[in-house]
Amino acid sequence: MFLVHTPLSNMAACTSRVREMMGLLRILRHFPQNERLLSTSILRHAAASDGPPKFTPPTKPVIIDKTQKEASLRRFLSPEFIPPRQRTNPVKFSVERKDMIQRRKVLNIPEFYVGSILAVAMTDPHVNGNLNRFVGICIQRSGKGLGATFILRNVVDGQGVEICYELYNPRMRKIEVLKLEKRLDDNLMYLRDALPEYSSFNFDMQPVHYEITGDVPVSPLKVKMKPKPWSKRWERPKFNIKGIRFDLCLTLEMMEHAQKWAEPWRPYDMLKEYDTFSLEEQIFKEVQGKSQNVNSP
Amino acid sequence: MALSLSGVILPKLMQQRAFSVSAAVAAIQKLTRVRVVDNSALGNAHHHRPPKVIHVYTKNGIGKVGDRVLLAIKGQKKKALIVGHKMPGARMTPRFDSNNVVLIEENGNPTGTRIKAPIPTHLRKMEGEYSKLLAIAQRFV
Repeated sequence: MFLVHTPLSNMAACTSRVREMMGLLRILRHFPQNERLLSTSILRHAAASDGPPKFTPPTKPVIIDKTQKEASLRRFLSPEFIPPRQRTNPVKFSVERKDMIQRRKVLNIPEFYVGSILAVAMTDPHVNGNLNRFVGICIQRSGKGLGATFILRNVVDGQGVEICYELYNPRMRKIEVLKLEKRLDDNLMYLRDALPEYSSFNFDMQPVHYEITGDVPVSPLKVKMKPKPWSKRWERPKFNIKGIRFDLCLTLEMMEHAQKWAEPWRPYDMLKEYDTFSLEEQIFKEVQGKSQNVNSP
Repeated sequence: MALSLSGVILPKLMQQRAFSVSAAVAAIQKLTRVRVVDNSALGNAHHHRPPKVIHVYTKNGIGKVGDRVLLAIKGQKKKALIVGHKMPGARMTPRFDSNNVVLIEENGNPTGTRIKAPIPTHLRKMEGEYSKLLAIAQRFV
């Protein structure tokens, strides 16, 4: 279809042509691809003859995922938002949270856990294309507030490499979750003493699709270790590790000997209790309310 | 760091520091066993003892990435450049699972012809001094 531009001086011809066009428009409404071509110009010309125009904003494409109800989406509050139990002024935490939400509007920091495989791109002046990309498994998330970090581990050319990235560092350009999953522990530092096959991930790994509703899949993988000595005595109850195949590397006597360092009173220590339920609710509302621009995975 | 040991309350006399205490030395220092990552004959020749650092060319005796060291390999002395250590460094830089070292001549030229192990990218700021070494590196992390 072609666009007809009538000169405004010829008012009589204009109105008749407009009436023709309106008729055509009614027919053409059945063919939506042409409606956009004609509608705005026709309305403009119609308005020129009718009087003060009633402003109708053009339709903007709004992507709403109507397949999922908001209640069924997985609620995730990143652990660095929850302030530690300290004697510092809560104003510090609220100001930091404001900055974190501001940064999240610019950079999409997805939901991930220890045990997920991530690909991170950061600016590096010493690299040709300015972006330095690294793929690895997240073995630890630590730090609160703007100094929150996570460590990615991978085995590159037979050499184990770990990089500790800061989530809110301005050099971070892209954080992509290639595989979202949890493991049996929330600290995988024992992978340094495990066989290298458990820490090797291909740099060209394709992202695996994951659901945004329901629970995060927990991988029941139990890792085989290199022979002792390890960097830490992972069999000791203080680490409370469930993801190692101790039956393959330790005898029963060694396991019982390790239980000598057990502290059975720990779960009952009331001074170490820190109930974050109400805090989490309040912070979650704050984060959701302001970070509407962030795309959900 | 200077005045008190961690967690222990010292008597007043000790706090005046009658003796010298060095900070927890880490990364690469004297007598550290290192791993040579280039393909030079000297680095890959099997000896009954691993190559050890006998001197670190810094003001303090601590070697980090980009520092020169003196190694004892196969009964001879050889200079080398540290390209990665087990100690965690600056936040966005890599930490390796072994203390890696590349053999070097007096003028800074590498002895081997290829470096297969990954090298940290922040080593590139020594472009002028070790440009030949960076050229033979195959992988940057």
